[in-house]
Amino acid sequence: MAFREYKIGTRMFGIALGGSMIITLYMPSLDIYSVGVTETGLVKGLSYGNNSGFSYADPFLQGKGKPLTITVKKDPVTGADIDPVDAYVYKPGIPFPSAIRNPGILGAEVAALSAEDGRVGDASEAEGAVFLVSRGDYEGETFSYIENVSATRKWTTEKVLTEAADSDTYHVGSGKTMFVREGCWWCHTLLPEQTQDWQYFGLPPRLGDFNGESPTAFGSDRKGPDLLHVGSRNSSKEWMMMHFFNPRLVQPHSIMPRFDYLWGEVDENGNEIDYDQWRSDYNAYVAGENIYPPVVPDYAPNSEIRYLMDYVLSLK
Amino acid sequence: MFKYLFAKNEDIPAGSAAVFFGFSSIIWFIIGTGLGSFNAAKLAFPDFVTGSYMFAFGHMRQVHVMAVIFGWISMAFAMAMMYITPALGNTKLWSEKLGVWTCFNWNGGLAVALCLMWAGMTSGREYTDFPWFIDLIILFFVLLPLGINVWMTIVHRKTQGIYTTNWFFGASIFMLLIVVFVGNLPEYFSLTGLTEAYLTWWHAHNILGLWITPVAAAIAYYTVPKITGNPLYSHRIGHLHFWSVVVFYSTPAAHHLMSSPLPEWLKSFASVEGVLILVPAIAFVSNLLLTMTGKWHYFVDNIEIRFTITGVMLAIPLNMQGGFQQTRAINWYVHGTGWIVAHAHLALLGFSTFLEAAAVYYGLQTILRRKLYSLALANFHFWFLLIGFATYWISITIAGLIQGAAKIYEVPYIDVVIAEHPYMIARWVGGTMVFTGNIVWLYNMWMTARAGTPVPVGRLPHEIAYER
Repeated sequence: MAFREYKIGTRMFGIALGGSMIITLYMPSLDIYSVGVTETGLVKGLSYGNNSGFSYADPFLQGKGKPLTITVKKDPVTGADIDPVDAYVYKPGIPFPSAIRNPGILGAEVAALSAEDGRVGDASEAEGAVFLVSRGDYEGETFSYIENVSATRKWTTEKVLTEAADSDTYHVGSGKTMFVREGCWWCHTLLPEQTQDWQYFGLPPRLGDFNGESPTAFGSDRKGPDLLHVGSRNSSKEWMMMHFFNPRLVQPHSIMPRFDYLWGEVDENGNEIDYDQWRSDYNAYVAGENIYPPVVPDYAPNSEIRYLMDYVLSLK
Repeated sequence: MFKYLFAKNEDIPAGSAAVFFGFSSIIWFIIGTGLGSFNAAKLAFPDFVTGSYMFAFGHMRQVHVMAVIFGWISMAFAMAMMYITPALGNTKLWSEKLGVWTCFNWNGGLAVALCLMWAGMTSGREYTDFPWFIDLIILFFVLLPLGINVWMTIVHRKTQGIYTTNWFFGASIFMLLIVVFVGNLPEYFSLTGLTEAYLTWWHAHNILGLWITPVAAAIAYYTVPKITGNPLYSHRIGHLHFWSVVVFYSTPAAHHLMSSPLPEWLKSFASVEGVLILVPAIAFVSNLLLTMTGKWHYFVDNIEIRFTITGVMLAIPLNMQGGFQQTRAINWYVHGTGWIVAHAHLALLGFSTFLEAAAVYYGLQTILRRKLYSLALANFHFWFLLIGFATYWISITIAGLIQGAAKIYEVPYIDVVIAEHPYMIARWVGGTMVFTGNIVWLYNMWMTARAGTPVPVGRLPHEIAYER
């Protein structure tokens, strides 16, 4: 080994690189690990499910293996009216989110509350489970925590699903997968900045808003508006539908791509969507030959665009 | 190439791996810039090839980025390492066969990875988009063999010391292995939330800071003294460059997330360390420009030096931007705008591409012992690359400043889109020029290999560039 004269150099190199890794990896990890999750973080974690990027359950990001968000208006056990509450329904076999698998990431207080009062330890992926975000006290302070209502209130997945109307069911988790796959985040950030930016796009996220979310899809290169609070700015389903099908229908200067292909083969009533006809009608409208643009077909209940719309409208 | 995969190491001609890497990198450069031009056309004219899953902007965008970084830039680096490392050690490459295998794995692996990503298989994390098993394949079947070959060549060198270029080569591959491994920890171990976001950008920053920037600089440390015949101006300044890269530039990852809720001490620390990029940058630029003393006519006469010195000079605006745009005082204005996109292209398409192109031009001529087929086509390539890049950089920087102003004055976003439109067209024109230049380049290098005038024994290609 003709390397003897470089002994000092290699040691210095090790010290330099090791030191920089201690400062940039080990020390921040201590800070970030101790952060308690916020209510926003719990809602995101539970509604998105486990890992919106590549996973065994969903290698090509088709929105498989994700939970449903269901607005429950009647107690599924007693049938009595209750204040509407969002339940996160994991059918049997759907992978649990990071917040359930590794409760340590929630911060000590929330993890303890979720385990003791929420009984999340009793949930099993094989049987499925229903979770709520509840509020409770821990050593004199109030925290949001995860409640496994399948254990605490006997709300089984079956009961919740049979009671739920399709209009109260939101595919938020599958929609997050669509958001990642379709690369929405290459142009739209999910990070209002800590400067004047937030006066237009809403509050920047807080420290505990992401525990358990993966990927966070902050985005780095903005070519369209920030979307972290888009559901609060514009909650019109009709506008969103037209905008996704062809953004130029509602915003002539938009450079957003058309996402009409997310409608799939058929519309809401099972009729085949004739894209060629639609495009030639639209071209005639742009050319001034028709007064009205062609009508955007209503999407099928299991179409990818429904997933994406449910996710985007959930960004409050 | 395939016949060498199972040949005996002694039977493989010296420099084969470098030649394969050289041509692969040019082909990936054409693919990458072609995709870039296609994507830019979509930003300028959103209904250009519209309404299909495969050709949607969101699916194609990152294929362009990964093809350019891991196809063009990193393969050109591998090409440079395969012939410069042995040349500086006065020896042969440790294993030509391993080099050929690395090139084979790299091309195949990257093609598969990009196709899968194009089809929707992504981790959703910028620059670590490939799912974890592909990252492991890259780590163990591409980067590790490359590293072993370079390290063993350095160990078996026949010179007493190790020249600056080879410190950088050896150390950068080592650091790259660590960066790729640690950067993908979130995927192996399901790390989530801010940890994941931070590691994503730790990886992205260090790929640029500990791989692309130092290796590109290392190439210039070879080409300038080699071609001009001047010794390197100062090895001490070279030391300063090397150590300040390792100490300072391995730390500012958090400056990519200045507006996120990361710990404030981390952001402040990263910001200060980020300014210190000026230390290695000034060391590098001054060292190389002073090496040119008395030989500046090469900047006009010689195509490789023209590429190299253009790249070195592009490092000046690159590091002035890079050092200061990440401070809080400036970052709040330009973050997330086209300014950053322009800066990234200044680093990859400006600075490092020009340095690597010089290495590929020079390497292919010396290994093949053939004079460049056409100097006119090489000049065409240079000017199309430079003008195309400058068009892109200037237009997107202006677009970014418009975005920044609109951000703080709270202009409705659609007005930004309208204002940016002419610059988006300019960006597409610039990108298309680069793409066109690269096709000409491939033709020129192919013809060099096939029909270039043989270089006589004892002469170097650049010495006979103007002899008929």
